Amino acid sequence: MNTDYKKSRRDFLKITSLTGTGLVLGFSWFSAEAETPQIIQTGKFAGDLRFNSFLSISTDGTIIIYSPNPELGQNIMTSFPMIVADELDADWTKVKVMQAPLDAVKYDRQLTGGSGAIPHSWNRLRMAGATGRNLLMQAAAKNWNVSIEECTTSEGFVIHEKSGKRASYGELAEQASKMDVPADIKLKNRKDFKLIGTSVKNVENKNIVTGKGIFGIDFYRDGMVFAMIVRPPAFGSKLTSFNADEAKKMPGIIDVVSFKNNVAVVGNSTWEVMKARKTIKAEYEKETSLESSTDHDKILAGLMDTGKITVRRKDGDVDTAFKSAAKTIKREYQCPFLPHNPMEPMNFFASVTDEGVELIGPTQTPAAARTNTSRLLGIPEDKITVTITRLGGGFGRRLKFDYVLEAAELSSIIKKPVKLIWTREDDMTGGSYRPAVRYRFEAALDSKGNLVGYKLRGAGINVNNSCREDNFPSGAVDNLLIDTVEHSSPITTGAWRAPITNFLAFAEQSFLDEVAMAAGKNPVTFRLELLQKAKNTPTGAIKYNIDRMETVTKLAAEKSSFGKKKGVYQGFSVYYSHASYVAQVCEVVMKDGKPVVKKIYAVADCGEVVNKSGAQQQVMGAIVDGYGHAMFGKLTFKEGVPQQKNFGDYHIIRMKEIPEIETHFVDNGIDPTGLGEPALPPTGGAVANAIFKATGFRLTRQPFIDQIKLMGTSNMRPSQKLL
Amino acid sequence: MASYSLLINGQTREVDVASDTPLLWVLRDHLGLVGTKYGCGVAQCGACTVHLDGVAVRSCVLPVSAIKKTSKLTTIEGLSENGDHPVQKAWEEVDVPQCGYCQAGQIMTAVALLKSNPKPSVTEIENAMQGNLCRCGAYHRIREAVLLASKKQV
Repeated sequence: MNTDYKKSRRDFLKITSLTGTGLVLGFSWFSAEAETPQIIQTGKFAGDLRFNSFLSISTDGTIIIYSPNPELGQNIMTSFPMIVADELDADWTKVKVMQAPLDAVKYDRQLTGGSGAIPHSWNRLRMAGATGRNLLMQAAAKNWNVSIEECTTSEGFVIHEKSGKRASYGELAEQASKMDVPADIKLKNRKDFKLIGTSVKNVENKNIVTGKGIFGIDFYRDGMVFAMIVRPPAFGSKLTSFNADEAKKMPGIIDVVSFKNNVAVVGNSTWEVMKARKTIKAEYEKETSLESSTDHDKILAGLMDTGKITVRRKDGDVDTAFKSAAKTIKREYQCPFLPHNPMEPMNFFASVTDEGVELIGPTQTPAAARTNTSRLLGIPEDKITVTITRLGGGFGRRLKFDYVLEAAELSSIIKKPVKLIWTREDDMTGGSYRPAVRYRFEAALDSKGNLVGYKLRGAGINVNNSCREDNFPSGAVDNLLIDTVEHSSPITTGAWRAPITNFLAFAEQSFLDEVAMAAGKNPVTFRLELLQKAKNTPTGAIKYNIDRMETVTKLAAEKSSFGKKKGVYQGFSVYYSHASYVAQVCEVVMKDGKPVVKKIYAVADCGEVVNKSGAQQQVMGAIVDGYGHAMFGKLTFKEGVPQQKNFGDYHIIRMKEIPEIETHFVDNGIDPTGLGEPALPPTGGAVANAIFKATGFRLTRQPFIDQIKLMGTSNMRPSQKLL
Repeated sequence: MASYSLLINGQTREVDVASDTPLLWVLRDHLGLVGTKYGCGVAQCGACTVHLDGVAVRSCVLPVSAIKKTSKLTTIEGLSENGDHPVQKAWEEVDVPQCGYCQAGQIMTAVALLKSNPKPSVTEIENAMQGNLCRCGAYHRIREAVLLASKKQV
């Protein structure tokens, strides 16, 4: 039957009897085209639940739902099955959730990134549940010789109210397999949702609180060896020679091998490998430039006026607008590099044999890991399996598959199953960082305080486009120019939770705050006026939803009593990212002459909230993440070498440092638009704007703490205080 | 290599490892107790927290040779028979975990706190939990769960 799947990637439904244990209803929820489901009858099948089963109902009523996307804390393993179970009208207590392995034939977009899983799969998941429900109802109606229209369902039962008959899904499962899938499957009305929109607890809670080995690093297999790699300490250098004589003599060490710029130490246990690795003497030579953070400061500032410009969006005539302006404002913002620092360091298990490749571990992008392993080793993809474990955080780092390839290459060399582990130091100094970026904003106001001209130049490192040219306020300003300049660096960079917008939002929202003040306007009113202008007299394309942005803006102002509170200083920020909208208000008080962040209000419009508890968690976690990194996060370099190597010298936010957070969600009935990232971008701006209110200092660089330390000291340059 | 006898979760376990092997790796690599996590290796993140005679310690910097034969070690796996320690139950009730990687360490620290101070103030909770990092930022719920557990304890 697998070949049927291989022939077609279209949505379809498969039903198969499951000898002895019940019935498997198999749905492919995730293919790119949503077509009418169809039944494919199959013969007896010997209990292998992996057989194309995404949803199975056994005769005892147990329902198993496979979750295909990697789980890294975004709670997808709970919210995906909730959607299926709701449309199925299943008894949630009988639902078991399992992580599916990589299967590019069965599943589409089996990755975690871009806040896209729920929006992408929403309708497919609902269809899967609703189709199952329909088949069970058909079976019951046939048994009772009544019309299906007279049947209803509730918590795992089909019910015929007129006669008082009830049958459980378990009882009906086998017969349901013989029913035809109707061409038209009706989905529930929102008001009939029973699980969606409620708080459902993480299905993995029990495993997590009892310490079950569910993460990649927890994978052990008899006969497996352990490995760690010595990598070049500086970005831009390469390995020339190494001496492993001492390491090879150490207890528990099996081998030391070299590939690319790596020297890999292989042994019988993690600690033995860790100790032996310290004795490796490796020599390196400079291959390209060895960059320091001070170089980046100069390069980014210099690029503003000398870089090769790529225009991203141009509306009207900015030159004329700025020449005839009553007032112009200009400010530059800059942030440092950031490591991702997931709590579980990079690791992967690989076993390369003549039969094929087995890969097991934490990855946000299992399909790309497989494709690239195939290319690297010259082994066809159908001989490579990827088992997705739970991820101890990702934040974008595990969208890269460098550590998977390292494990695969090493296993192919030593011809043994191997678990490659990065230490924390490897992880923090190992690259794929959020790169430093610098922005220059310019605004032109007319004599009435209207924003008539707007310029943004982004200077990025290895990002191609450091701007989001179609985001607000594009469309609301007649004369607008957004362009980018770029520096290419040997330091490896990559996506970091809410790529680009994790810093751009802060810079933009701080700048708009400054412009509002220059225009003599309340920052919320100023934004609402711009949104009105975008609605009534738009300039160029508008790719954000004005109404949704307006709603979160107003609601955040209302919930926080913006501008009406005594004793606290408030800052406002609103941002559209991915496909959702989040407005935030931060409250700051002064203590001993320094600003203290007390509270952040957040209003999110992510469309339909699937799991209230999970959604609140995503918003709160994203705010803690956004706040923590804006306040403290900084990775610096000296001649290509990262200077912060572990949690002792890299400041990650801790419990005492978190502000109070109050969350609200807009209930508008729009299909879900994603929530893993969108609550992070607005936080820095809300915080900086509140700190400005409290102190009169405009924070222009992250981490804020570096500038806050200077406040009230003679080291604070007058230019850093806003006019 | 030397032989060590350890009293872990009520059972005596023998391991043959180098004397400087941190307890963390003894648990994970040699005894199959993988609930205790590696996070930093330098006692900065708390993911590896276990109890040594009821006191929270960082197993990543505790050499196996420094542990007395008679010392009682407890890991997350040995906290309760059925995962029903009041702190574990509070964690579930508050729905604390996001990625979940740090949570075993958080729970072990919280349990040790409540043992020595059954009714901690919020500030006392924050002081005790300050050494445990949560990169997902689940701190609000961690704090809430510790408070809840403290109220439910008899």
